[in-house]
Amino acid sequence: MNITRRNFISRLISGAAIIVAGVGGLLKPIFAFADRNVDAFNAETESDALSEFFPGLAVTPSDAITIGVHDLVENGAVVPIKVNTNLPNVESISIMVEKNPNPLIANFNLTPACAGFVATRIKVGEPSNITAIVKSNGKLFSTTKFIEVIEGGCG
Amino acid sequence: MASRIRIRTSTKDDLTTVQAILKHPMDTGNSRDPETGNMIPALFIEMVTIHHGDKEIMTCDWGRAVSKNPYLSFSFTGAKTGDTIRISWQDSNGNTESKEAVIQ
Repeated sequence: MNITRRNFISRLISGAAIIVAGVGGLLKPIFAFADRNVDAFNAETESDALSEFFPGLAVTPSDAITIGVHDLVENGAVVPIKVNTNLPNVESISIMVEKNPNPLIANFNLTPACAGFVATRIKVGEPSNITAIVKSNGKLFSTTKFIEVIEGGCG
Repeated sequence: MASRIRIRTSTKDDLTTVQAILKHPMDTGNSRDPETGNMIPALFIEMVTIHHGDKEIMTCDWGRAVSKNPYLSFSFTGAKTGDTIRISWQDSNGNTESKEAVIQ
């Protein structure tokens, strides 16, 4: 892998951020918050993020998930996205953007009280596939949608 | 300090839909301050928990690519008008904030 100055600096900074986050975590009392899977969020490819986050689980494409996002987005810094699924016993919904520096964007852990729906707004750096992954009855299902981005929003 | 979490709820046929805005810069650590030219360090919400009364109904793990001032919407069943919902977050520097709202 080529190390350019830009990505060297960004790695340096993300490394420093992890240390800061770690120290912050030690100083502050931890209340309702569980540990976050840092490696999965720092992974640089979708497959690495998946294997960190859901070790040993295969992903099956599914028609039972829909991603509500515009095909053409002007401002990549704010991309509204909705994920709906009618799969049973949804345990989590995750959103990944393939071309972002860290593809795993967000993971929502649902309980049986929740409907199979989440909506949020995400940053998308360049035209990319967006994948929603739903964990249902212990298995992973996904659907993917490509979106065009005019001005990237990962700055 | 006024809370920087805004919560709106609506209930229809046992399904409560929650919409929330959490005011936060969500800095990725990849951008520069336009005035000083210095890199802005990463600072973003890492975790969000949602409680209906005392019961935790949802948790979120977020990376740095959730947009500034994150919007979150979801739906759940089993709530009555007048119940409380609480949304709490923790960011990458360990700051936390929490807000309770009455379900409409």
